[in-house]
Amino acid sequence: MATKKTKNARAAEPLPKNAVRNCSDRPMPSGNPYKPAVATVTEVIHETAAIKTLRVVLDDPAVMAAFHYEPGQVGQLSVFGVGESTFVINSPPSQKKYLQFSVMQAGEVTAAIHRLTTGDKVGVRAPLGNFFPWRDWRGKNIFFVGGGIGIAPLRVIMLHLLERMADYGKISLLYGARSPRDMAYSYEIEGWLHNHDLDCTLCIDAPFEGWRHKVGLIPNVLLNLAPDPTNCIAVLCGPPIMIKFTLQALEKLGFLPENIVTTLEKRMKCGIGICGRCNIGGRYICIDGPVFTLKQLQALPQEL
Amino acid sequence: MSTIRILASDGLPAFLSFLSQKHQRVLVPVVKSANKRSVIFEPWRAGMPVVLEKATVPPKEAVLPQCETLLTYKKSKNQEDLGDITVSLDDTPEALSTAIFACRPCDARGFRVLDRPFLNGLFPDPYYKARRESLTVFTITCSSGCNTCFCHWVGGGPSSPEGSDVLMTKIEEALMLQAISPAGEALLKDCDLPDGRDIFPRAEAARKAAWASLAPAPDLKQAPQKIAALFGNDDFWQSQTSGCLSCGACTYLCPACYCFNITDEGDGFGVHGGRRLRSWDNCMSSLFTHEASGHNPRMLKTPRMRNRVSHKFSTYPENWGTFSCNGCGRCISNCPVSLDIRAIVLAALDNAG
Repeated sequence: MATKKTKNARAAEPLPKNAVRNCSDRPMPSGNPYKPAVATVTEVIHETAAIKTLRVVLDDPAVMAAFHYEPGQVGQLSVFGVGESTFVINSPPSQKKYLQFSVMQAGEVTAAIHRLTTGDKVGVRAPLGNFFPWRDWRGKNIFFVGGGIGIAPLRVIMLHLLERMADYGKISLLYGARSPRDMAYSYEIEGWLHNHDLDCTLCIDAPFEGWRHKVGLIPNVLLNLAPDPTNCIAVLCGPPIMIKFTLQALEKLGFLPENIVTTLEKRMKCGIGICGRCNIGGRYICIDGPVFTLKQLQALPQEL
Repeated sequence: MSTIRILASDGLPAFLSFLSQKHQRVLVPVVKSANKRSVIFEPWRAGMPVVLEKATVPPKEAVLPQCETLLTYKKSKNQEDLGDITVSLDDTPEALSTAIFACRPCDARGFRVLDRPFLNGLFPDPYYKARRESLTVFTITCSSGCNTCFCHWVGGGPSSPEGSDVLMTKIEEALMLQAISPAGEALLKDCDLPDGRDIFPRAEAARKAAWASLAPAPDLKQAPQKIAALFGNDDFWQSQTSGCLSCGACTYLCPACYCFNITDEGDGFGVHGGRRLRSWDNCMSSLFTHEASGHNPRMLKTPRMRNRVSHKFSTYPENWGTFSCNGCGRCISNCPVSLDIRAIVLAALDNAG
């Protein structure tokens, strides 16, 4: 539960070799790590044709009240009888009423999640993984770049930082999607655009009638925006192809690899570093990640 | 000196019977003659003929069953309001206290390989832990190696005690039993076998002779770094893995492979509910890392075999300080295309890069 200040530097440094992972710096589930907490869906939000957001409440009120996580940590959401899949908890930790997951329909489990309605039971194994080292970012400017469903993990850390605006410099968001219809959190975006603490830019891939914002692929729009890399952390998430070209754009703009942070996903089963699926070399996305700096990723085998 | 007992060959059934009083099951190697003769571990019953041969399939199932229930989920409807469904979960581990009789030192060391990620990681695995803590391992030392054995390359040997509770050595028609762990000590003290200290020197001599019969082992100290450095060398991995059929025989027969899958079975309604299962998985399958989006970081067999070799000789050592290969050689002797992991490791060591 407690976060130790000294441990927070870990995520910014290359991961130690030969080290048995210490995780006293992160909230973790207790008890049997394979046993989910039973939870009830309290709200389903249709974000786009492919994305739904679920709000769930853990059935045990004591567990729900004690539930604590850091922004960027993930959970294994399960539909009993179908299976489990990993999603970031995208509601900010200050919000204690429910846990929010945004899910893009892609396979069997996500299809089952999309069939859920209010009152349905799900399983939640959370929190898992590491988190954004936001304490280390104090005093810095933060530039978020999100593509498609990649906005979900950025939502939680962005809202978390906006609650602590005094500790940070300028906070910016570049959010891109294929079309306006593919933008999740559309009901919040107006608020983001008018938030004086946030410099929010939206873009879509191709022109669309009535669209008042930028048109273009995220890396190109980013190059035009040309954020100043001085004292700035770039945080990005999106589909692999967007990550690839956005990393190139950020490097072109002068961002150092240690100041570029992303959060990864891979196929996962156990979520606790054993089952052997989500590894990049000797590191496991489920316990060493999902949050990595580009510098850390550059030190790992190139197998994303 | 640790407790030493002698077990005459005609005393074996009585000793196994003694072990089955102490454990819920005693796994022994028995011959299975289907279309191909194989030796596998099965629960001992009185009258069962036991062979003291190296098993075709290691006794890994004693701690990591091929398929096991992680939890059962039971859904029940409120008869007053059928939309109101409650879910109850049961996660009690299925763990029979087990003795393994006459596995080989490579297989016993396999348990140590599994112990590290399952017991010493961030999250101890409660199912593995329950079985491991009630496991007693009787290992029989090897008198010689076969041409696929390479236990002495990877830190083991024909009489390595690592992972064993009792080490047994065959002397003529008898077995000398030597306690290794406190659990083994307690068991041997408790049994009514005669003291065997006077034949210990003969067992020592037999063990030394077994060691001496092995060809010298290459030095694999540089293997982790060399293999890691070769990661991006596609030509190397392609040439080393071109014969692979991705059948996965190597992973299923490995005492140190532990990748698994988790799947649900049943919707949860009904008397027995549904089950969340853990089953052995196979990193040689392209579906192993196949993501719902269609993306697959290890779509081709080359990166998959690279991952397997790297895990055993580079990344597991990076995390845990020791190879996750015990040199049992089953992946070599059972490979349909005779792929030899030793050759890949040696080629990596020889590679100039």
